[in-house]
Amino acid sequence: MAAVTQDTAVSTGRVTRTFLYVVLGVFALFYLLPLYVMGVNSVKPLAEITGGNMMALPRVWTLEPWRAAWSTAQIGIEPTGLRPYFLNSILMVVPAVAISTVLGALNGYVLTKWRFRGDTIVFGLMLFSCFIPFQIVLIPMALVLGKLGLAGSVPGLVMVHVVYGIGFTTLYYRNYYASFPTELVRAAMMDGAGFFQIFWRIMLPVSGPITVVSVIWQFTNIWNDFLFGASFGGTSQPMTVALNNLVQSSTGVKEYNVHFAGAILAALPTLFVYIVAGRYFVRGLMAGSVKG
Amino acid sequence: MGFLDISHVTKSYGQVQVLHEVDIAVQEGEFLVLVGPSGCGKSTLLNMIAGLEAISSGDIAIKGRVINGVHPSKRNIAMVFQSYALYPNMTVGQNMTFGLEMHGVPKPARDAALADVAKLLQIDHLLDRKPGQLSGGQRQRVAMGRALVRNPDVFLFDEPLSNLDAKLRVDMRTEIKKLHQKLKTTIVYVTHDQIEAMTLSTRIAVMNKGYVQQLGTPKEIYDTPANLFVATFMGSPAMNILPATVVMEGGQPHAEITDADGARRLLRFSQGNLAEWADKPILLGIRPEAITDPEGADRKSANIQPLANRVTVTEPAGSDTFVTMTLSGKDVIARMRADAMVAPGEVFDFAINMDKAVAFDPATEARIPQ
Ligand SMILES: Nc1ncnc2c1ncn2[C@@H]1O[C@H](COP(=O)(O)OP(=O)(O)OP(=O)(O)O)[C@@H](O)[C@H]1O
Ligand SMILES: [Mg+2]
Repeated sequence: MAAVTQDTAVSTGRVTRTFLYVVLGVFALFYLLPLYVMGVNSVKPLAEITGGNMMALPRVWTLEPWRAAWSTAQIGIEPTGLRPYFLNSILMVVPAVAISTVLGALNGYVLTKWRFRGDTIVFGLMLFSCFIPFQIVLIPMALVLGKLGLAGSVPGLVMVHVVYGIGFTTLYYRNYYASFPTELVRAAMMDGAGFFQIFWRIMLPVSGPITVVSVIWQFTNIWNDFLFGASFGGTSQPMTVALNNLVQSSTGVKEYNVHFAGAILAALPTLFVYIVAGRYFVRGLMAGSVKG
Repeated sequence: MGFLDISHVTKSYGQVQVLHEVDIAVQEGEFLVLVGPSGCGKSTLLNMIAGLEAISSGDIAIKGRVINGVHPSKRNIAMVFQSYALYPNMTVGQNMTFGLEMHGVPKPARDAALADVAKLLQIDHLLDRKPGQLSGGQRQRVAMGRALVRNPDVFLFDEPLSNLDAKLRVDMRTEIKKLHQKLKTTIVYVTHDQIEAMTLSTRIAVMNKGYVQQLGTPKEIYDTPANLFVATFMGSPAMNILPATVVMEGGQPHAEITDADGARRLLRFSQGNLAEWADKPILLGIRPEAITDPEGADRKSANIQPLANRVTVTEPAGSDTFVTMTLSGKDVIARMRADAMVAPGEVFDFAINMDKAVAFDPATEARIPQ
């Protein structure tokens, strides 16, 4: 696990530096513009939006659109707001991320430190799953869920996402553990640690960085998934499907301010995960274990 | 039968056989060094003793109990790895007691063992640090400490000093030797450094290409190498090997060689039995320190042969001066006293200690017994 140095080889002059910051600033503004539009319009009364300027700050500030999006907006036929679907998404995403990450870590551990005949083939097949488009598995997946009696339930969605995510998490952990010194595992074996003790006491404590990667990746994908949610959600649809139903409703006036608030609500958890998990991106966990 | 018995052990990876019929009986308290060039199978043999590699055929027994299929942790063996292999997330103390913890030793007993070993290795002040906060030498000590706390029957070391710088390596070498003298544990130690092998061991197994070439005390290995490989591998600078012919003069076997100017020279052998090789070619082996100036010659030797020869190069190395010359068309190195008056290009009177000379069969490369 080579330490990544942050030093750039080129030392830049002041003019170049200023130029760089200006360019970066422009790009940042460009990317933040949609968020700004969503933000300001989610705290305006609807009349102000339909009446004209989308870019202007609200004349009357109101949190009513947020309240409506959260608890009273018409989703499909029920005026429940996004709240129950948000809960569905949480109930789906937390176990799905946890299970797929743990299984990926175990797979990576076995594929690198307890190698067996044909392990590369097994890994190759798992990698294969990363390249299968969602659409192809819909029908077989529906059959399996039906057979297991999990169709249209949160556990069903959890299973779908775990199955789909395992290929990625295995890939992450296998590559990370491939550079984990095997002598450490051997030392632990000689010390009398068993399969799970080595995993738990030796491997996992230094798996922070890759766990962060895996969690962010899985969380973002599962939270933002629409296709599986719409296909297999049944009565326990996730946030994304609900947001779609909110925005696409064909009856009544389009409440843009509520839609903006709802969209931000749907994006908040991923933002939260990035900010919190990013802090645990610690480098140099392996320092001193082996001469490197 | 020894304390650790390696009998008829072989190892194959698929079609490739990397160890051939290894037979070594290690006695209790012995310090056995496995030495040989890279890839000769030293680590493989050590890992088989440790239980980290399966044995293809043959038996390994400790105290008479065959341990072939026994799990590494149940062999009562501890190993110090080349890379130290310290657990990066644990403190030094936790690193050292992890094995005891896994073996279910209660906390007070673990702490007592840790305190003892930490004191012995003088690392008591480091116990709360993480491996990342230690110097190379300190990590080395911790790695040894982790092996020591378990009080094993056998210690295995796989090139433990190869990651240290030259000075520290010499210090740690002495320390390991002291430790062995104090604890009298059985040690199997792998290195490809022949000086380490000579200084540390009570016995050496010289390996090449999966075969044990010779098993013996350092003195046996150095003075009576079993074959050309052992002769040239052990010793620095390496033993000089010259093509020669055995000729009889006055009823005594002599080695016939040519000097730098192409003239024929005779060196009388101390070994009478070489008479059987009369008029046959041999390879003559002379260690650099057996070629000196006449004043520096070994006084205890019964057979010092004079030889005037032209000097090619001199290399003063502080304590000694290495002198290169040509004999029988080969570069030959002599190790002289630092103040020997030798100059390149001159003809110098060398003294060769033929008591220490060995002869090899050019066909089999085995040493011709004396
Ligand atoms: N898993 C493996 N599959 C095939 N061949 C192997 C395997 N492991 C080791 N070998 C071969 O076995 C031989 C002995 O290897 P070993 O590691 O024991 O050498 P060594 O004497 O310890 O060398 P070094 O001094 O470089 O550590 C080598 O030729 C190596 O290529
Ligand atoms: Mg080795």
